[in-house]
Amino acid sequence: MSTSWLVPDVDDPDSAGFWQHAARGQLAVQTCAECGQRRMPPRPMCFRCHSLAHRWEVLSGRGTIWSFVVVHPPLLPAYEAVAPYNVIVVSAREDPQIRFVGNLVDGPDKPFFQTDLQQLRIGAPVRVVFQEQDGVYLPRWMLESAET
Amino acid sequence: MEIKDRTAIVGIGQTQFGKGLPDTELSLACQAIAAALDDAGIAPRDVDGLVMFSMENGREVEVARNLGLGAITYFGEVGYGGGAGCAVVGHAAMAVATGQCRVAVAWRARKRAAKSSRPWANVAQRVGGAAQWSRPFGLLRPVDEIAMLTRRYMFEYGATREHLANVALACRKHANRNPQATFYDRPLTREQYMQARWISEPLCLFDNCLETDGALAVVVTSAERARDTRQPPVYIHAFAQSIPPQCQPMTNYFCEDPLRGPAWDCAQLLWSKSDFQPKDVRVAQIYDAFTPLILLSLEGYGFCGRGEGGPFTENGALEWPDGRLPINTSGGGLSEAYVHGFNLILEGVRQMRGTSTCQVPDAPCCLVTSGEGVPTSALLLRRAT
Repeated sequence: MSTSWLVPDVDDPDSAGFWQHAARGQLAVQTCAECGQRRMPPRPMCFRCHSLAHRWEVLSGRGTIWSFVVVHPPLLPAYEAVAPYNVIVVSAREDPQIRFVGNLVDGPDKPFFQTDLQQLRIGAPVRVVFQEQDGVYLPRWMLESAET
Repeated sequence: MEIKDRTAIVGIGQTQFGKGLPDTELSLACQAIAAALDDAGIAPRDVDGLVMFSMENGREVEVARNLGLGAITYFGEVGYGGGAGCAVVGHAAMAVATGQCRVAVAWRARKRAAKSSRPWANVAQRVGGAAQWSRPFGLLRPVDEIAMLTRRYMFEYGATREHLANVALACRKHANRNPQATFYDRPLTREQYMQARWISEPLCLFDNCLETDGALAVVVTSAERARDTRQPPVYIHAFAQSIPPQCQPMTNYFCEDPLRGPAWDCAQLLWSKSDFQPKDVRVAQIYDAFTPLILLSLEGYGFCGRGEGGPFTENGALEWPDGRLPINTSGGGLSEAYVHGFNLILEGVRQMRGTSTCQVPDAPCCLVTSGEGVPTSALLLRRAT
């Protein structure tokens, strides 16, 4: 049983580019190099034109909360110790169908499990921040209205 | 070629439901299949088809060796967990209807009551594939994944916790009449529901299915042979499956319309193959790992319009005996047992035989559905006339 935080496998060939951009503080979406179709999650082939060529398009890092949950036990030990905590889905401003799962945080260095849960609201504008965990940079989100 | 009414379920069998049963999943599977063959009055040597869940731990060869089956000429499996229940029965029906076998068995055996057996308890620290986009953020369990869709659904359509409670209470009332149900002797009140602890807001404890050890099986053969078996045949009138475009199982947040799940496309094929339409259906067994799946499925299978699943549940509509559409009349996954929805199929058969503990009189057919939120399947069962 896992006793630590879960982190993404950044060596996954389809998604490595996303995590490399994240480490540089950029929110990127896989985009077809031929036809421009964006796709999330990343995958080898463009579902519109079947091209295998892609590029990583850096987004503004802004979006809105599409939905959210507040998670309670029973959970994996690391998560159970900090519950309840929030998880959100964010729609990207450039393309509302491009969505990212993340957490709302109260500041760039604030843990996701110490967020004021009263702020969670569908439609709230948010902007991305990246938080390091076990060498991986995870996209999390602050309210646009929050002080930095 | 159509399979409509060309095959029938002629035997059903199940083990006891429990927590921490000593038997292995293979042993439970064999017990349920043996009971189903006995119910049908069909000898094990006559079985020549096997269809199972990809997640099954006991394999076909082991099942065949334990039960002393004859030569198996058709075997196959279907993936995606709770989406596979109606599909394995449907594949059995197609195999019999096309002559690839004459007597097919489909089953599910599952030991999930122990906390250590839950899949989210055994993940590696590094997560790849689809899970890397959700698990690192603490979206760990199936309930968290469905709660995310539920919150959005409530926001878009105004569904409430009262609507979710209507589902939980209907299933519990039905379980309270079924001596085989885990919650046979445990009533549930609306107050208990509203005061229950959260699991993943907006979902509370009673929005979640049980976790159960147990197994269930069905025997499928041709309509001709079904006339000579021990039980009244229950015809497989229509069958459908679906993986909608851009579907991502459970975390279906990345497509154009996440709240239009696999049920919609499955329903379109099912009703196109059927002599019955939703208005003709008076009893249904709808997959209920979580209460909101019922609201989505009511919409997807055409019992109400988009966004109307919540109001549909009002005024006892889902409750036996007087509701417009009694669902999960043995208690379902929420209150009878959660065996990946396979108990819903057996209850559909009992409704068509006239042996349910919440029997709907003279219903001509029964809809049975499998997991919403994953690649899914559905059956329309028809009563012998």
